[in-house]
Amino acid sequence: MKKFAAWILVLVLGAASTPAFGFPLKAVDTPNDKGKNITLSWTPPAHPPEQWVVLRTEPGKTFTVIDTIGGGLTSYTDENAVNGVKYQYRLAGLGAGGAGIFSDDSQTAAAEPSWFDTGKLNVFIVITLFLALVLYYIAQAQRGKQWSFRPIAGLAAIEEAIGRSTEMGKGVLYIPGVQDIDDIQTIASMIILGNVARMTAKYETPLMVPTNSPAVYTVADEVVKGAYADVGRSDAYRSDMVRYITSEQFAYVAAVNGMMLRERPAANLLLGAFFAESLLLAETGHETGAIQIAGTANVHQLPFFVVACDYTLIGEEYYAASAYLSKDAKLLGSLKASDTIKILLVVVILAGCVLLTLGNPVLAEFFATQ
Amino acid sequence: MKREIPLLISMAAGIFVLIGFFVPHPAIRNIYDDIQGWVIIVVAFTYVLGMANLFRINVDQIQRGAKDWPYKLALVLSMVATMIVGFFFSRGSHYLDDGTAFSWIYLTFYSSMSATMFSLLAFFIASAAFRAFRVRSVEALLLAIAALILIIGRVPIGNMISPHVPQVADWLMEIPQNAAKRGILMGAALGVIATGFRVILGIERTYGSEGGGG
Repeated sequence: MKKFAAWILVLVLGAASTPAFGFPLKAVDTPNDKGKNITLSWTPPAHPPEQWVVLRTEPGKTFTVIDTIGGGLTSYTDENAVNGVKYQYRLAGLGAGGAGIFSDDSQTAAAEPSWFDTGKLNVFIVITLFLALVLYYIAQAQRGKQWSFRPIAGLAAIEEAIGRSTEMGKGVLYIPGVQDIDDIQTIASMIILGNVARMTAKYETPLMVPTNSPAVYTVADEVVKGAYADVGRSDAYRSDMVRYITSEQFAYVAAVNGMMLRERPAANLLLGAFFAESLLLAETGHETGAIQIAGTANVHQLPFFVVACDYTLIGEEYYAASAYLSKDAKLLGSLKASDTIKILLVVVILAGCVLLTLGNPVLAEFFATQ
Repeated sequence: MKREIPLLISMAAGIFVLIGFFVPHPAIRNIYDDIQGWVIIVVAFTYVLGMANLFRINVDQIQRGAKDWPYKLALVLSMVATMIVGFFFSRGSHYLDDGTAFSWIYLTFYSSMSATMFSLLAFFIASAAFRAFRVRSVEALLLAIAALILIIGRVPIGNMISPHVPQVADWLMEIPQNAAKRGILMGAALGVIATGFRVILGIERTYGSEGGGG
């Protein structure tokens, strides 16, 4: 009953033109959003009420209640504004200590959608710079410029492993991780699979690709089929090379481990996103005596691969694999861009450390993403 | 054309999604969200292809009496039985609700077998650790020492030996381990962007091989 009376008071006073007591209330269009949001902020009075009633008006109408929020809050976002309509807001105290407490009416504010998220400016700058460098180095590559890159043992070993399988008359097992096709590690794995399939087609080595996602299965099948056609060995392609196993993590592990133990492939390539199954797969492969090459950007799984595999592609090495394997000048150009941006980032990090040590957080704050 | 059309589609979709990351305006963001929705629809259709592949390969091997064909038979029968139970014997509830025949199968068979598979990890870690800590070089010695400090520092006996042992273990995790990890992550992030650009710009042509899709 008491609460009902307070509501009536709020509605009556809310509908009045200007409240008797006030404190400043700020209303602004919420930045970097797709519209429909207005953010209110205020410095509460010394003794805030139990709750605040948020009132809103628009031209030609009276204040109406749009929400009730906790008395301890100092900001609120109205998520139901109509874009382009100019609103005014008012807060009214409710419950214990709320009688007669009102904010000033805010200035008018209209919600508008943003065309650019300024909170992502730092990412935009780095990506734009990166893209410019990629295009520049690709143009250089097209003009015949060549660069030398440090050799990566794991990548050189892929061809060696396939050759060994061929000599032993055994197959190559390619495991593309356990993430779906929308994961960039799986996309990178499909790209490497294309290069691996070209080699197995050339050497007439059996290839097995068990997948744990039907989408990955579909893409992997197309990639392998295309690779065999590219080297003129469409006749050697078999539709059971790429198989969908299951999307369940440990059921997939059981099936792949079974393939390792029954088919005894001479080379196991574990390239993609891996989680708890990494060691289960790699250790089983190790016990079969296969040469094992792993690659992932999942940092927590790297130690397991380092221990159980002969070669491990770590982070960026994994993403560089397709350029290394294909030796395509344009792809190598993108690697050069990656190296250049890395040097620039190291310089920026060092500059940020020096500035922060000197008490200037400008660079550190600019590159903060959260 | 067989090569160019998929490349153009992936390029257009890639550029649009990249723009959508920076532009919250509904004119772009609504289409961006729609594209994400399309992914779910496409993936749903691929399940049909995946299932067909699973059936075809296993039934073919059973028919040929291939090596270990009884395992394939067990797989096909289990899959068919689970599907029938899921579709027709879930008593009008959602198939994963408590008490349905499907959830009984899932909890009784699949969960137990999955847990068994996961528990094997303990033994695999032990055998892998045994190999990892064999000291055959200076690097392996450093690894073994760091691991020993961490193992002891993370259990009560470490604190009993000296209160400094857990502190050293924490330092190892927070400073050298974090520094190395962040270095790898930054390199990987650049690799992600470079791979994305290669696909979007059509430089990476693995998807568009002439024989693909044929």
